[in-house]
Amino acid sequence: MSAEDKAAETIEIDRPSMEVDIACAGFGPATGGFLTTLTKAWNENPADPAFESRVTQGMPLQVLCYERADDISSGVSGVVTRGQAIRASFPALNPDDIPMAVPVSSERVMYLLDPIGASRRSALLRLGDFFLRIGGKLVGVRDYAFTLPWTPAFLNKHGGLVLGIGQFNQWVGSQLMASGLVQIWPGTPVNAPLFSGNKVEGVRLSDQGVDKSGAPTDGFMAGMDVRAQLTVVGDGPVGAVGQAIDSKLGLPPGHSHREWALGMKFVIELPEDSPLKPGTVWHSFGFPEPEIFGFLYVHPERLVSVGIFIPSWMHNPSRTAYRYLQHYIQHPALWKVLKDGTLRSWGAKSLEESGRHGEPYLCGDGYARIGEGSGSTNMLTGSGVDEAWATGTQLGEAVIELLRAGLPFTQENLAKTYEKRRRASWVERGAHEAENARNGFQGGIVKGMIGMALAGLTGGRLSLKAHIPPPHKQIRPFASQSAEGLKLKDAAALAIADGRSFHDAMLSARGWPEIPLDGRLLVTQQDALLLGGKVQAMPGFADHVAFRNPQLCIACGEKTCVAMCSGQALTQGDDGAPAFEREKCVHCGACLWNCGQSPDGEHSNIDFRAGAGGLHSAEN
Amino acid sequence: MANILHIVVCAGIVSDPLQTLEPVTGPAGPGLKNEMVLPAVLDPWAACALYEAAALASKNPGSKLWLVSLGPKAKLQQVMMTVAQKVPFELVPIDGPIGGFPDAHSTAAVLAETIAVLPGLDKTKLLLFGGWESDTRGASVTLQLVGERLGISDQFQGVDEISLRDDGSFEVLERVEGGKHQVSVCAGTPAVLGWATGNLAEPRNNPQVGMANMRTIMPALAKAKAAKIEPNGLSYVSVSLPKQQRDTRVVKDLSADQIAAELVEWIGA
Repeated sequence: MSAEDKAAETIEIDRPSMEVDIACAGFGPATGGFLTTLTKAWNENPADPAFESRVTQGMPLQVLCYERADDISSGVSGVVTRGQAIRASFPALNPDDIPMAVPVSSERVMYLLDPIGASRRSALLRLGDFFLRIGGKLVGVRDYAFTLPWTPAFLNKHGGLVLGIGQFNQWVGSQLMASGLVQIWPGTPVNAPLFSGNKVEGVRLSDQGVDKSGAPTDGFMAGMDVRAQLTVVGDGPVGAVGQAIDSKLGLPPGHSHREWALGMKFVIELPEDSPLKPGTVWHSFGFPEPEIFGFLYVHPERLVSVGIFIPSWMHNPSRTAYRYLQHYIQHPALWKVLKDGTLRSWGAKSLEESGRHGEPYLCGDGYARIGEGSGSTNMLTGSGVDEAWATGTQLGEAVIELLRAGLPFTQENLAKTYEKRRRASWVERGAHEAENARNGFQGGIVKGMIGMALAGLTGGRLSLKAHIPPPHKQIRPFASQSAEGLKLKDAAALAIADGRSFHDAMLSARGWPEIPLDGRLLVTQQDALLLGGKVQAMPGFADHVAFRNPQLCIACGEKTCVAMCSGQALTQGDDGAPAFEREKCVHCGACLWNCGQSPDGEHSNIDFRAGAGGLHSAEN
Repeated sequence: MANILHIVVCAGIVSDPLQTLEPVTGPAGPGLKNEMVLPAVLDPWAACALYEAAALASKNPGSKLWLVSLGPKAKLQQVMMTVAQKVPFELVPIDGPIGGFPDAHSTAAVLAETIAVLPGLDKTKLLLFGGWESDTRGASVTLQLVGERLGISDQFQGVDEISLRDDGSFEVLERVEGGKHQVSVCAGTPAVLGWATGNLAEPRNNPQVGMANMRTIMPALAKAKAAKIEPNGLSYVSVSLPKQQRDTRVVKDLSADQIAAELVEWIGA
């Protein structure tokens, strides 16, 4: 079922409804920026008539924000950001006030050699590795890592901040709610936008008291219709509201959501004698597979976020994350600083990497799009939080301007105010520079790095051309008798026979050594699910992962969705179709784009809908 | 016949037990590592008391329900965004410290003073609710002390059920050893009930309830009175957490009996 039918799909009954001035879907950095801008202006002059509610006489603006996660501190990301938009909103910002935040103190980029020999490297890469190994310490190779002599300017986050997004969201949210203007409701997923023709008139919250399919059961409670003058869509790249708007209104010509990555990370407590200083930032590439980028950010209190990104252009269907992450942290260059650490938490999140290529219509009648779901992430600089925050502040300023002018939130007015600000901003300039920076990766890591360097060093004036196919076509199916295909079959048999996870069995079958589990830093994925924050799934909601055409799943040979599922919520079902367990889902959204089947040639066979819960960690 | 009840639920906020909780000893005594960083939730035992209180109030028209909570205002506000969606109540926030093992007498004094002057409260109709194991990380005395300070001598702990009778008396089931309940009959209000888990499921998040509650919660938070919890010269000899042991194994085709036998053996080891 298509996303545009979601509102109609919910049970047709007499629903409770209410009217507000502004309804926001999703609370992350973008919505944080929007609401901060709004509340700052209100706090400066609460008597400003512009802030009088249009729907509740005598009251200030009614501004409500609905967030799927059980707590606003459950954001999943350890990030490094230049933080220019964040600092502009908080000129007196003191990182000490935000748990896990610290200024960037040093930065390095490393190319990691493969000390194991299991990684899939091209002949060209092997040749380069050979020369680096021969050169050894003379050329700067230590612990199987070659550190670039400098950090390219486009990657450099000097003067920026290392943040834990959950803690940052919590810090922002508590200030917003203290203002009295804004209410942020966690544990409340938004099911779909309310359309009247092409106009968005608010949002419908998810039904509760339903079975897995959404049919009412005991204690059924219909999701409320929240009618709003303006709906702010900040629900991220896999959010139900953004998806539904894209589905109904389409994307601008030539735009599509075709480039993705899964970010997965550990939060590790370092030993007391750790040499790593807070604010240390490492970027890496080359291991565990050439296509996998990695990072290490050091927070205060000896906490470190360390993780990897698995991109959609890693064409091999045997892509997986958790086991790869375990191999990544055991690379000698990282292991020497991590080996005595303790795993505190773990998390995963899909990143929309299409940038401007995936930008939707930024506004329409009654709605505006901000943040990652609006294509703001800059994939050249590897930065998304600050850009998302900036788009939120731009919308905030636009909304204040329209309120003061007494103008309605039409497409035309929002384009003249919000879109105009965005087009004139550094976010837009960065988006243009980054637009084609990653094209080369469709042709492999070497070509990709050349393309990225070209774009980065020329401000986007030079780049490589590429046709980027839909995500399902980026997964190259195995020939059933190919070596990889046979290994996949072996892994599937192993997974079924001894109950191991599919991805675990798959990497073992491909020659990766078993993980020496120690119960402290190297733990099974099921144990990781129980660490730090655990997974939450409030009862009474429908499954948010559904298969549009199960027959396509049964016929699928690769089962990439199962291999890639961050929480092992997708497993091989008895009938050949994947089985979904909501209680394990961390809402990373990886299944949405790690599906080799498509019923319409563009979208995957997986319908990722609104759902409650997810990862519940304060340290992410 | 319905009884008009004035129910006051004392419910603190605690660090979310789903997070990694690590005991540390600081200058002020034992506490949890990075406690201010951890998200807070309404104390789970007291939350059960709140849901039972709301059910009781809804069955007895004309009744009133207050939620008295002591904690840092910002944390209280955040917790209320979830709790307020569950059941209707009037919040009485007290802006005070969180963390560590505060002195039960000092805490009880602050709570009792606040409850004693609640506008509109009729103490003859008072049912004072709270969590059985809530206070000072399980010392189980604060609620009793609050009751004593308010002059309430009928007190019940480990309550799982209350049944009101038409004459205003009520029957209470209290947990006792062996998985059994002690049945008591109380002549009527006022009384103190420290709840175990009760029998009600956690109510669903209801945005309408949340919006209605917020009309009073936000102003109440804005003018929450500040309170200081005196340590009263307490010193702490030692604090320890129950030892956790996780032993994960994936098994297939084991019967329920075999699994049960293994569990018994494991527990007994």
